[in-house]
Amino acid sequence: MLPQLNLEIKIKGELLNELPQDLYIPPDALEVYLEAFEGPLDLLLYLIRKHNLDILDIPMAQLTAQYMVYVEKMKVIKLELAADYLLMSAMLIEIKSRMLLPKPAEIAEEDDPRAELVRRLMEYEAIKLAAARLDAMPQVGVEIQVAAAYYQHISEIKPPDVSLDELVEAWRNVLKRAKLNSHHKIGKAELSVREHMSQILRRLNTDGMVEFSALFDMADDGLAKLVVNFLAILELAKEGLIRMTQQQAFSPIYLQANVSE
Amino acid sequence: MKEPDNIIEMKQILEAALLTSPSPLSLDDMLKLFAGRMERTTLRMLLDELKQDWAQENNSRTLELVQVATGYRFQAKPQFSEFILRLSPERQPKYSRAVMETLAIIAYRQPVTRGDIEQIRGVAVNPNVMRQLQERDWIDVVGQREVPGRPSLYATTKHFLDDLNLRSLSELPPFDDFAQSEISLED
Repeated sequence: MLPQLNLEIKIKGELLNELPQDLYIPPDALEVYLEAFEGPLDLLLYLIRKHNLDILDIPMAQLTAQYMVYVEKMKVIKLELAADYLLMSAMLIEIKSRMLLPKPAEIAEEDDPRAELVRRLMEYEAIKLAAARLDAMPQVGVEIQVAAAYYQHISEIKPPDVSLDELVEAWRNVLKRAKLNSHHKIGKAELSVREHMSQILRRLNTDGMVEFSALFDMADDGLAKLVVNFLAILELAKEGLIRMTQQQAFSPIYLQANVSE
Repeated sequence: MKEPDNIIEMKQILEAALLTSPSPLSLDDMLKLFAGRMERTTLRMLLDELKQDWAQENNSRTLELVQVATGYRFQAKPQFSEFILRLSPERQPKYSRAVMETLAIIAYRQPVTRGDIEQIRGVAVNPNVMRQLQERDWIDVVGQREVPGRPSLYATTKHFLDDLNLRSLSELPPFDDFAQSEISLED
């Protein structure tokens, strides 16, 4: 079944009611026809199926003359638009001229020159129908909705938890190293855990991620200060103001300010 | 959860995996779920059962398990699609006849070159048409024909089959169905 063509074609304000009856297309209507038909095969198929056009009944001399005028006009407008149609006309003229020639007896077996054109027309017709059928098939996103329950497939890289033992171990290391560098210092310092908390937080906010031991100045800080510093870290962790991460046991522990979302 | 030791648990694992997968799951994918402790035939049987569990007319399930080119997937039963579509007001634009005819030629005559397509349609192939189909991942280049110019050979993709709910090209309507009455050649 050929699709019914429902077109309102207007040329220079006048409504064009008739679709082409033969292969001659008024140059003004060319673009419009080219939009309505997918090419000369499509047009020819339409003429054959709808108007019972006989391929050989087309007045070739007239058609040729018309197309020559056409080519002249198209040189100014759009030659490539008409090219496919010109090729078709040329093919029809060739067929017709070969039909007109008397067949010598020895090549009587020669194929009917129209056979190839008919084969192409029929193949195109089948493709055209197949295309319409494909178009009508249910499609994902239109007639078919695929289920997709939500699941976070890309697992978040979870920082490992730090156990208390590991933290204590890290602290011992700090102390151990502090001892190596310890020397006497006399003086009095007011040490506030809160103050250290703020200092550490400020540092974390500017530096981002800081390694645990980097928060301890072994050389200059006295033991008391180191202890206060450690207490400050524990307090920050307890209050959820910092996050501590460690890739694996005994690897460096990193501290980060806990930025709320 | 320990490793499944009965059919119900195995089917539940399959169901959860299929429901949460962003794309169809192949048999190989699904075998991984059971860490190599399942036979393909058993898996097929379980999938058949699962399909039936969801398909039963008298139950209130809204999804169905279907097999497409790249594997199995759950999709809404067809009676719900018109409602679901209301969620996306902007309709998918229709492809032009040129696009659909080109697609049909590639689907039924693959692998084909642009020249083959032009020969059948009788008009030059608009590069835009090929681009649209490639962007949709419905066609791709599968090689070159060994003739001067080595033109690309196009074929349809598995994604195309998935999108049309097909397991293989053989499920397309047979091409002979489209043959029309002969064009008569009276002398």
